Amino acid sequence: MPTKIPPRIKIQDIRKSFRNDKVRLQVIEGLDFEVNEGEFVAIVGPSGCGKTTLMNIIAGFLAPDSGAVNVNGVVRNGPNRKGIMITQQGSVFPWLTVKQNLLFGLPDEVPNREALADEYAALVGLKGFENNYPHELSGGMLKRVEIARALVVKPEILYMDEPFSALDALMSLRMQNELLRILSIEKHTVMLITHDVEEAIHLADRILVLSPRPARIQASFDVPFAHPRRVSSPEAQALRVAILKELGVTEAV
Amino acid sequence: MKGLKQSLPSIIVIAVVVGIWWAVVVATQSAIFPTPWAVVAGTLELARDGTLWEHIGASLMRVGAGFGLAVALAIPLGLWMGWVHGAFVTLNPLFQILRPISPIAWIPIAILWFGVGNASPIFLIFIASVFPMIVQTTVGVHTIEKRFLRAAENFGVSRTKLFLKVVFPATLPQIIVGMRIGLGVAWLVVVAAEMIALRSGLGYLIIDSRNAGNRYDLVIAGMIIIGLIGLMLDGFMRLLESMKVVRWRYAH
Repeated sequence: MPTKIPPRIKIQDIRKSFRNDKVRLQVIEGLDFEVNEGEFVAIVGPSGCGKTTLMNIIAGFLAPDSGAVNVNGVVRNGPNRKGIMITQQGSVFPWLTVKQNLLFGLPDEVPNREALADEYAALVGLKGFENNYPHELSGGMLKRVEIARALVVKPEILYMDEPFSALDALMSLRMQNELLRILSIEKHTVMLITHDVEEAIHLADRILVLSPRPARIQASFDVPFAHPRRVSSPEAQALRVAILKELGVTEAV
Repeated sequence: MKGLKQSLPSIIVIAVVVGIWWAVVVATQSAIFPTPWAVVAGTLELARDGTLWEHIGASLMRVGAGFGLAVALAIPLGLWMGWVHGAFVTLNPLFQILRPISPIAWIPIAILWFGVGNASPIFLIFIASVFPMIVQTTVGVHTIEKRFLRAAENFGVSRTKLFLKVVFPATLPQIIVGMRIGLGVAWLVVVAAEMIALRSGLGYLIIDSRNAGNRYDLVIAGMIIIGLIGLMLDGFMRLLESMKVVRWRYAH
């Protein structure tokens, strides 16, 4: 029997509340879960349920009131470059070129930084755009820059908070396929927050459904389908209906 | 061709204003107010004997010195105040009190401290342009979007890199806006300051032309030249705004 690999991320009884005009708002109440190495976990939940707060805590940008986040068995305190966050708004620096953005996170002592940056620009399909400024690129290309900038520092984990929600439906789908293609080359642990159940089914190995605020894990679904997936397949649609039901949405089938 | 089409209406307006001016002077048979042609003739006269270039050079030199000193102080100070909260709460009230004081109000103090040489107008220009640049730079740092600072934090870069690759370039568009305002005010002030004392500069030219025999053709020539040079200075600042590293901020 093989020895059990310890989880990449272990969330232990996290609680978080915010104080607003003397009213205490409990956002997260006792969350526990684990994410294994190389696993792609999607978190879906009703809007305003605290998904982003949860992600900020896991990525280290926010401290929980109680409980702990363990990454590789070490309690997380603060963000670092082993886990890179990608958000809906994006954070590609508009004053740096594509290449300068990719070089940004790479320490000077990394050998062949320039070649590495070029390699990752090519990986996400930005060959030829290395010296362009972000305002010269489309929304989809900006996302590619952001993904390349995250991957070039060789992180262990990607934290994606609604990464493609600002794109139009077609571009979102295209970027999902791009992400899967890249992940098939570089196996990362990924945590994805999304409100789009189909996106979660398309991408994730496991889907956690959060309850309305205060957030708890209400249900967990494995997504056993092999890639490339067809979200329109009957099995995937059945899963979608089941997840939507957990979210309190019933629809005529 | 397109540029010509766009500037045609403004050229017409200017031509109409000059035309009305000319007609009114001719109609009223004013003995003292010059026609546009007299102004052109006066300007050519000054250009030929070289005094025009001396006056322009003197004014530009003073603006260059005062504005340069203000830039050298305001940008580092503004960045520091924007980044370090303690520096902001300590210094900002003082600057907010000093800022609304017209530079003209400083003239007596400038003369008291620096006499009537070049130092006075340079000091006045410095005073006039330093506050808007400090304020704009500070605002620039304060309005850096959090997502960019977060990304920098995420990649765990050194403080030097954070400053050089994030804080400074993110603030640069606001710094340039501050410099544009600062240079505009500096040019306003140099003319006012030169009217008080000194023996050179465009402000001096205007006052001296009036005092020495009511040469209103030269008064108006001086005014128009001030306007044109001011426009040119602003044009230089606009060139800075078109740099690729700051275009993201203005391109919408």
